Amino acid sequence: MGLEEKLPSGFALTSVEKLAGYMRKNSLWPATFGLACCAIEMMAAGAGRYDLARFGMEVFRASPRQADLMIVAGRVSNKMAPVLRQIYDQMPGPKWVIAMGACASSGGMFNNYAIVQGVDHVVPVDIYLPGCPPRPEMLMDAILKLHDHIGHEKLGVNRAQVIREVEAAALAAKPTHQLNGLLR
Amino acid sequence: MAENPLVPTSGEFGLEKAAAESAMIPNEPPASFAKQLQGFWVTLRAMFKKPNTVQYPEVKAPTEARFHGRHQLNRHEDGLEKCIGCELCAWACPADAILVEGANNTEGAQFSPGERYGAVYQINYLRCIFCGLCIEACPTRALTMTNEYELADNDRGKLIFEKEDLLAPLRQGMLMPPHPMYPGSDDGSYYRGEVTGSHPSQEPTHHA
Repeated sequence: MGLEEKLPSGFALTSVEKLAGYMRKNSLWPATFGLACCAIEMMAAGAGRYDLARFGMEVFRASPRQADLMIVAGRVSNKMAPVLRQIYDQMPGPKWVIAMGACASSGGMFNNYAIVQGVDHVVPVDIYLPGCPPRPEMLMDAILKLHDHIGHEKLGVNRAQVIREVEAAALAAKPTHQLNGLLR
Repeated sequence: MAENPLVPTSGEFGLEKAAAESAMIPNEPPASFAKQLQGFWVTLRAMFKKPNTVQYPEVKAPTEARFHGRHQLNRHEDGLEKCIGCELCAWACPADAILVEGANNTEGAQFSPGERYGAVYQINYLRCIFCGLCIEACPTRALTMTNEYELADNDRGKLIFEKEDLLAPLRQGMLMPPHPMYPGSDDGSYYRGEVTGSHPSQEPTHHA
């Protein structure tokens, strides 16, 4: 992204990582992507009683160019999927996605031809949040778990190392056809 | 040049028209100070109200007692599981979030009173809509819901809860199954509430 990506591994890079993580997690601006009933809870979380402003993210940007977090709140129909992807592509990096609610996470009870069975078919998801709809506390819990993740995110050569490790773990994992029950 | 009907000729359009219209707005003196204060009344009143913000991650207010949270598989008073593997919860589930596989209790491995127990029990929290139809369907009151709601995770696999994630913890006087039923009881006495604790002879060491 910038100069921080060019730093060599070592003390300087880890210090910049910590600073960048602290700043990124405390000024997370969500893009509005309310699609259904979960959006009502998302709005409630932004309003006075739950007050997402306490975490530096009260501004739900209508423009994806100014946002770095997409909260997919609601079921995504097949017709909406390309729109969702376009909004995601228009967001500048680094960017994160929360799949809020059962429908966004997996399709929920709408296991039919019209609904995308989980937005991770369309965009990479960082946090899955169950619930139908999840109460604002659950959304804040997911956001705080994401903050924790962002605060420890690696940069530059360290990030490349993390990506290699994740790839190796994914290749070493048991294939889904060998898993039992719902895991299959 | 011929007359073009699209080009306005009179003062019907354009700047002249706009000037004529703006001249129609009455030029009133500014409202009195009392009137302005009236407009700000709601704002001023809100300044003296107590904030109603809940301090969520620091102060966790309890939910309503009947809030639908994470499920729990309950135990009888001696530690045997209440689930009999009947799959009625899985049949009731509108989102197909529950998977149950029953198995037979054997002489050496008794998990629940009676013949059958739930060998595999999985709930997919990515599908679950917390409607509670599974709880209504459960004939032995094995499945109930807790008030726990902090379920978010970054891994889909971890959100499919296995039986050991859902089982209630052992309370005082309970023994970890498998162990035999209370001496001199049948499954009926469990459901009538006649078993109120475990018996020393149920210890698994005696029946290893």
